[in-house]
Amino acid sequence: MTDAAIARTTARPPAGEPSAWDQLKVNRNWLGFWFMVPAMAFLVLFLVYPLGKGLWMSFTDARIGREGRFVGLENFEWLLDDRDFIHALVFTLVFTFVASAVKFAIGLYLALLLNNNLPFKAFIRSVVLIPFIVPTVLSAVAFWWIFDTQFSVITWGLVKLGFIDRSSPINWMGDPFLTQCVVIFANIWRGIPFIAITLLAGLQTVSPSLYEAATLDGATKWQNFRYVTYPLLTPIIAVVMTFSVLFTFTDFQLIWAMTRGGPVNATHLMATLSYQRGILGGNLGEGAAIAISMVPFLLAAIMFSWFGLQRRKWQQGESND
Amino acid sequence: MTAFTRRTLVKGAAAAGVLTGSGLTDWARAWAQASPFKPEAGATLNLLRWRRFVEAEDAQFNKMVAAFTQATGCKVNVSSESFDDVQPKASVAANTGTGPDLIWSLYSVPHLFPQKCLEVTDVADYLGKKYGGWVPLAEAYGKSGGKWISIPVAVNGGYINYRISQVKAAGFNEIPQDTKGFLELCKALKAKGTPSGFPLGRATGDGNAFAHWLLWSHGAAQVDENEKITINSPETRAALRYAKELWDTFIPGTAAWNDSNNNRAFLSGEISLTANGISIYAAAKASQDAKQREIAADMDHAFWPIGPIGKPAEIQLAFPMFGMTYSRYPNACKAFMAFILEAENFNPWLEAAQGYLTHLLNAYDNNPVWTADPKAKVFRESAKRSFPAGYKGPINEKAATAIADFIVVDLFANHCTGKEDVEGAIRVAERQLRRIYR
Repeated sequence: MTDAAIARTTARPPAGEPSAWDQLKVNRNWLGFWFMVPAMAFLVLFLVYPLGKGLWMSFTDARIGREGRFVGLENFEWLLDDRDFIHALVFTLVFTFVASAVKFAIGLYLALLLNNNLPFKAFIRSVVLIPFIVPTVLSAVAFWWIFDTQFSVITWGLVKLGFIDRSSPINWMGDPFLTQCVVIFANIWRGIPFIAITLLAGLQTVSPSLYEAATLDGATKWQNFRYVTYPLLTPIIAVVMTFSVLFTFTDFQLIWAMTRGGPVNATHLMATLSYQRGILGGNLGEGAAIAISMVPFLLAAIMFSWFGLQRRKWQQGESND
Repeated sequence: MTAFTRRTLVKGAAAAGVLTGSGLTDWARAWAQASPFKPEAGATLNLLRWRRFVEAEDAQFNKMVAAFTQATGCKVNVSSESFDDVQPKASVAANTGTGPDLIWSLYSVPHLFPQKCLEVTDVADYLGKKYGGWVPLAEAYGKSGGKWISIPVAVNGGYINYRISQVKAAGFNEIPQDTKGFLELCKALKAKGTPSGFPLGRATGDGNAFAHWLLWSHGAAQVDENEKITINSPETRAALRYAKELWDTFIPGTAAWNDSNNNRAFLSGEISLTANGISIYAAAKASQDAKQREIAADMDHAFWPIGPIGKPAEIQLAFPMFGMTYSRYPNACKAFMAFILEAENFNPWLEAAQGYLTHLLNAYDNNPVWTADPKAKVFRESAKRSFPAGYKGPINEKAATAIADFIVVDLFANHCTGKEDVEGAIRVAERQLRRIYR
């Protein structure tokens, strides 16, 4: 072996420059990075890629079974002048706002009730969850039966009580406005348990000593809620409402199973209209454009919640602004 | 194309002889020997079909499936979806290149993705030559670019279903054969408290049948022969005005009806007249409930009335079956399609369907189902009277999109419900058609 060869085989990296493998073994940051890789790959595969693909498709005239040509903003331009799309957009916003607000109000009230010492507390809390665990399609069918124009149990009851005539039933599912009310009602019914149970979990973290101290200071029940419960519950309200808004905005199953967007497209949400145009109508590009149009609204909801939470400095041990 | 040799014909004759002696399974085995379509070794087919409306039809279909498996060794897994769910599943399968090998679908669905459908010209030629030729509607639905991309197995005839006693009580001995008289009948039925009802919701079969009849019977069409959009026409305006008058005689709620609502409303006595397949009658006749059987005895069927166009103008629900190009077993797909349309299978199946399915091969005109019960007679004509989807234009991707998107149904629903006036309803439909036919 030559001196040079001996020198090569015995050469060691300088003590101050460890190899990548050595770094991986000893450097916590690198190790953390590698641990994150599977999760990142998962997110890229199932989140970034579909979103990117959807975005690309929204700029094409893609149809079922064949790739599309790039058409720029044509799909979006078309939608801006599409009455059904504008209607679906407005109804989605109304649907989300009304349903989320009512769900929050009733859910909070229910959580406060369930936070009291009730007999059969565990049983009652389980019962409250039922609307949430029933499959969506099943509850949609139930609501369909409850509100069917001809066979509605409500109509039947009112006829039997003599309030309405059999030949003039309430046109629950045939009148656009009434059907909109019905689907909002159904969404509220399904969504309340999620909010109630989550807020109840938040309420249980509030120390009873705070209420005792406030009561000793002469606080009323309202003041207890306003100055003790509400501030401590705010972070969880922000999280719950973010999810509630997202779930409501993107609702599909309930509407599709109950009305398929009808009558006369009155109950189309953006999600159902996207499906109608993209999958049923075969116009994937337009369907994708409708779906992509939902993203800014969803981002706004997330940002609102995110920055709302960030502003609460007390969460990092400081007082509020 | 299939070449028929003397040997093939001898084998076929032998197969027919076996059938008379030993039943479906033996015949099927003989058929498999003689058939020009041989499934691949070890083939298994997944078939997606619409969910049955007549129970006996489904049972007979399953018997054929079992016989096919026994004869060829090719297992067929059948899954059923409601009318409205077949197309989205088919579309997703076509787009992703995976899913059922065979799809038994509705209307012009294969024309949404013709390039993904297996060419079955040889099967269509084989059946056409053997069974007296296809009716023109079959070619319209089956062919794309001169090639057969699907086998139109049957159509579901949708006609006027009515209660004989209630129509008589309204002062009519029969269903008027013209649109003017028909409107008078519906007005009289409403005045008697026994109204009619036609769906204008997302009813793939019945809603499209009603809306297209309204449009076409008045001489209007969404496009002409050259795919020029013609919806904005005096004929469409006349159709909309007529529809509104008719709508005012309906029971409330029909804007939300799907394909099952009118069946339920009729069988519960809520309505006296609607348009439907023969499934209402079949269900009532087979019911254990005496009241339902009374309804069956008191009901009959009639053709759609003739409008100003002066000739029948109907759309009937076609049921094309097609194989997917991604299937690993194209020969098995072809063999199955040919098998079910052979007389030994198809005749008993037609009878089991009790008039719900109507043939598109001329030889089946003589099936006893069309003469055994006079109340089924009108349904025999449905394939011959029907215009194809997209009339007057060709059936293609655009026509398939228009019907899948309920353009014509929405045209009438928008006006009848008061959402749009005549001009507004036409404007909305025209705009959407411009998008589709660009």
